Parts: sequence; C-alpha cells; structure tokens
Amino acid sequence: MKKILIHFIAIAVCVFVFSFPVMTAESAPIEGAMLPEINLAVPVKDSDRSYLGLPASGFFKIPQIKAKVVLIQIFSMYCPHCQGNARTVNKLYNVIEDNPKSKGKVKLTGIGAGNSSYEVGIFAQTYDIPFPLFPDMDYSIHKAVGEVRTPYFIGIKINNDGTHRVFYSKLGGVNNPDQFLDMMLQLSGLN
Amino acid sequence: MKKSNCLSVLIGIVLIFFLGTTSSYGLSDVFKDNIYDPKKLKPTDSVLKVKTGDSAPDFTLPAVSGGKISLSRYVGKKNVVISFVPAAWTPVCSDQWPGYGIVKSIFDKNDAILLGITVDNIPTLFAWTNQMGDLWFPVLSDFWPHGRVADTYGVLRSDGVAERALFIIDKKGIIHYIDVHDINKRPRLESIVRELEKLNK
Repeated sequence: MKKILIHFIAIAVCVFVFSFPVMTAESAPIEGAMLPEINLAVPVKDSDRSYLGLPASGFFKIPQIKAKVVLIQIFSMYCPHCQGNARTVNKLYNVIEDNPKSKGKVKLTGIGAGNSSYEVGIFAQTYDIPFPLFPDMDYSIHKAVGEVRTPYFIGIKINNDGTHRVFYSKLGGVNNPDQFLDMMLQLSGLN
Repeated sequence: MKKSNCLSVLIGIVLIFFLGTTSSYGLSDVFKDNIYDPKKLKPTDSVLKVKTGDSAPDFTLPAVSGGKISLSRYVGKKNVVISFVPAAWTPVCSDQWPGYGIVKSIFDKNDAILLGITVDNIPTLFAWTNQMGDLWFPVLSDFWPHGRVADTYGVLRSDGVAERALFIIDKKGIIHYIDVHDINKRPRLESIVRELEKLNK
C-alpha cells in the first residue's frame, strides 16, 4: 500500500511539474495583470526587427519590444473576421505611425493561432500587412492566452523599469482605427 | 532513486506527453456560440478504398450554390483538390475552409479547383458556409445517399461523418496524393500547395 502511495505521489509530482508550461490558461489575459510569458523568435525580416527594436537573432519576450505600448492581435488566416478586419487593422498601423503621440511608442503585432510560418506569410501577403506577424503553429501561445476566439486584442503597457501590465484584453477587431488608438492611448496612460 | 520510483517518473512524463497534446483550435468569433465541440475523436476511423495512382471514382453531388457538380467535368481541364471535412458547425472544420477562401490565386496558379465536401445536407451547409464569407470554390453535399462518395473513397467513419481528408487528382483523373488527416487537426496549407506544385513540374 505504501509503495502504491509513493508511486502515486511521484506521478502526481511529475504531472504538476512537467505540465505547468503546457497547461491551458483558464482565462484570457486579465487587465491589470501581467501577460503570460510568450517567447517568440526574432523576425527574419530586417524591417520587422527594426520596428520592434530587436537584436539580429534569437528569441524575445513581448515586454522586450522597444515600445511603451504593445498591441497584440491574436488572429488566424482561417478566421473570416480576421480576414474581414485585416485592412482596417492595417489602417490602425498607419494611424499609429502618423500620430506623434504614438509613433515609436505604440507597436502593433499579430500572432497567428495555429498558423504555420507559411500560413502567416499567406495572410501577410494577401492583406499586405505592414507590421510583424508571428506563427503559433502548435497553439502554445493561444493556450497561454486562454484559447481566446479570434480576432482578439491584448494591449500591454511597458514601464521604464521593464515591468509591464495588461491594460486591454478584449474579443473583437478594430472598427474605427482613430477611435481605437485614442482608446489605447487613454487606457495605457500614454495620452 | 529506486527503480520503481524511476518507473513512476517515466509514467508521469508519458502521461504529460499525452496531456500536452490534446487537440486545439483557434475558433473565429464569426461562429459565436454556435459551434458544437465533439471533443477529441479517434484520429481516423475508416479504411481507404482508393490509392495513389488509381483513377479517381467519379461522382455527382449537389452544390450549395445550386446545380450539381461531377468530378469528371474537370478531366483534361483542371487539377482537383477534394477536401472532405467531417461536419458543419464543428470546431476544426469551421476553421479550415475559410483559409482556403483567401488562396484562390494559389489554386489558379496551379491550374486547380477545390471541391469541399461534407455529409451534411444543403440547408445546413448553406447556413454554415454563409458565416465564412465568399467561398470561391464549390461546396458539395454528400448527404444522400448518406456519405456515398465518402464511402466510395473509403473515408466514411463509423459514426457516419467523413474523415478530414484531402485527395489531389491530376488532370488525367488520377489520384496523385491522399491525406487522411487526424480528424482533430487541420492539415497544413503548405502540404496542399507543395503537392499542387509537384503536379505542375
């Protein structure tokens, strides 16, 4: 009996320790809390690296992006709403870049839930996406952010000391890019 | 550590592997709460009745857009990709054809047409595919006699739905590629593109 109990405890410990990184978050990122840890490969494209302020290679975490605010769109090339909203999100990028309050401070990026690099590339090419998109082929990031439906926007504010907090976490795309940026500036405190 | 305890640790790791590989899907909000989740299913549940190199069995099925479409109409004209998906209003299926909806240019470039087939009836397919935007390819109903085409190809599962399967047929009507995919996972788009490009070499 004692032996069985020891085996059971050993298995339980293994399940807890090893499953921690692959467990699905129970909810979407919570406003006011920290973003779950997301590791991404540094983009190959020079313009993407330069936009995000990243080194030449390796991996990075979202709060390492050179910005005050990072807006992350969880999307999929297989998602009709994401397809329909793609050009409006492009306009959001242009609005951000045209506004002195946000240019260089607010960075936009997308993560393709369940999408391979090829599929993300097809989405970028089809809609002429001007900002960096990242694949999440095994849904690991999608799981970490609570398996949200798509499109989903997460806004994080990066503080000077490198800490960060989620200030926006909502299902849905962008209706009006100007209003959306205003809201992001207000909610993040950048305004 | 004792041998028996090592065994327990090993069992734990194996357990984790399986826990960590449960199916996932990124569902578009376009379908709201209307998707029925059948949970994880047996990856495949049928026996193929055709193989690569065979002549593709002809069929005629009603299309959601009206009329009927026969496979034979494309012989000598187009390469054909047949995408069987299991059922309307289910997670992975709802997250597959909308992606094909934005890659018509790839199919055109490879002189190919896509035929989407499920065993659902036309009204169901109409309501479901309406959520996907403008699909450029025919969506066909293999509802009656139930699943006859899926069964002819050997991709009708024991519960009456089709497998998630791809068949690529060349212009001579010969089956060039078969992928009876794990029903819980979406096939990669690049696998279709790669095979189409092979046909055009």
